[in-house]
Amino acid sequence: MSMTITEKIIAAHAQKEKVTPGELVQVKIDLSLANDITAPLSIKELEKQGIEKIFDPDKIVLVADHNTPCKDIASAQNVKLMQEFAQKHGISHFFVGGKAGIEHVLLPEQGLIVPGDLIIGADSHTCTYGALGAFSTGMGSTDIAASWVLGETWLRVPESILFVYEGKRKQFVTGKDLILFTIGKIGVDGARYCAMEFTGPVIQELSLDERFTMTNMAVEAGAKNGIMEADDKVLSYLTEIKSPRSPIVYQSDSDAQWKEIIEIAVSSIEPQVAFPHLPSNTHSVYSIPQIEVDQVVIGSCTNGRMEDLRMAAQVLKEREVHPRVRLLIFPGSPAILRQAEKEGLLQIFLEAGGIIAPASCGPCLGGHLGVLAEGEKCVSTTNRNFLGRMGHIKSEVYLANPYIAASSAVAGYIAAPDQI
Amino acid sequence: MIIQGKTLKYGDNVDTDVIIPARYLTATDPQELAQHCLEGLDSDFPQKVSSSPILVAGRNFGCGSSREHAPLAIKASGVKAVIAASFARIFYRNALNIGLPILESEEAAEKIKEGDQLEIDLDKGEIKNLTTQETFKVEPFPPFLQEIIEQGGLMNLVKKRVVHLS
Repeated sequence: MSMTITEKIIAAHAQKEKVTPGELVQVKIDLSLANDITAPLSIKELEKQGIEKIFDPDKIVLVADHNTPCKDIASAQNVKLMQEFAQKHGISHFFVGGKAGIEHVLLPEQGLIVPGDLIIGADSHTCTYGALGAFSTGMGSTDIAASWVLGETWLRVPESILFVYEGKRKQFVTGKDLILFTIGKIGVDGARYCAMEFTGPVIQELSLDERFTMTNMAVEAGAKNGIMEADDKVLSYLTEIKSPRSPIVYQSDSDAQWKEIIEIAVSSIEPQVAFPHLPSNTHSVYSIPQIEVDQVVIGSCTNGRMEDLRMAAQVLKEREVHPRVRLLIFPGSPAILRQAEKEGLLQIFLEAGGIIAPASCGPCLGGHLGVLAEGEKCVSTTNRNFLGRMGHIKSEVYLANPYIAASSAVAGYIAAPDQI
Repeated sequence: MIIQGKTLKYGDNVDTDVIIPARYLTATDPQELAQHCLEGLDSDFPQKVSSSPILVAGRNFGCGSSREHAPLAIKASGVKAVIAASFARIFYRNALNIGLPILESEEAAEKIKEGDQLEIDLDKGEIKNLTTQETFKVEPFPPFLQEIIEQGGLMNLVKKRVVHLS
């Protein structure tokens, strides 16, 4: 049939034999997600239109993770509105308080995603689930509201770009570095409207956590979705979390049509740092001048998983955070927090002088729990370093992997573990 | 529909964080959001927009977050249309869904200068620069998207379908 994974999933949900890039199709959705920033607009839109009935309460997921624990009265009102909506419609997948985590960390853990799914979410990083071989993409609140009523949405079938990663990774080079390097190479609109399919021996070697980091940042290159073939690691993960649904594993055909095939020789890639104010503004950590930092953030839907915390702990063990630096660590979900406790990682972070924060998106978007003052600089494992992203318009965010973030917290300037 | 007005011009990659910073996203009222529209990029924007209600920008306008608050803030601030060399895809959908006119044209985005007087014919997909007498043609929207625009946004279409189903 000569289709890519993305095309196959879209075709299956459009009940068509074949779809072609550029075609507009109506697709059934398996899941539709919103958070405490985007759901209130969707809910109010439905109320405004007087629409009372939703298509399937089990296919709607609401996560209170952005401004939570609620930072002010307005954000508390928004969460209350979500809670009332969930109750009214019998939406069981409503996550708040100690059950909530950062949405894109939480949903896979909850077994809500399986390979072959088509998921939309009112959050741009919904593209994260592609690491499990699902098609997932971000939309706005009105599109999500419409999907809650109809159980479907419209999509323009994207062209696919194939990224092939080969070679041996250097020390401290993670999934984060591969995706930052890739965005640096193609630019922040280098995959605009396209599907980014990641493949090659290096992808096979990556842990699932590192794969999530890569698909998570597909939107930072303008992509509609990032996707990988579901392999044995994905299938064992589904067994491990006792996923209640059966996966459908798709592979891209050997004669599938690619807009472009980009081969990336991994052996020459060094740990990356994306300078302000674009994720594409990447440099090797070994080639940069000494940049002093005031804050370090480890966490988020990009790098808030177990592997990320282990990398940070490896660096922070028996070390101390520089006196000027505030180190904030956000384990991505309650399950990750518990596991980190069990492995003794929290003890390492606390002894180093770090702060353990709740599973929240807080500082990533300059919402709360770690906002920057004028002139301050932060190394962060998050996904965006836009102007004013984490606070004051004259503050700066440098994106990096957890090894670099943790080493920078110790050094007081941006550094790799072998430089401290 | 014909839109007339002077332009404000911005560069590439105008992201949703500068359009409406996240610290204001606890609000859902478009008028409240409009007070902070583009404040990170141009602190005089609220004053300028009343006399220059057409935005012209470079590539990848609206990149970043899925926040629909971004096109809502732009629309409520008094902007009548956005012309860009290209739009980020989520912003593109959001703008159509809430009825903010957007036009994609590399040539127009490059040649139109700040302060030029434009006349935009949305039905014909035509931008006339009255200052320089240049005309730019814009690719028409596919029929389904045209329908969303004609219905005044996606939810009006959805409502029709709901009535039809019941």
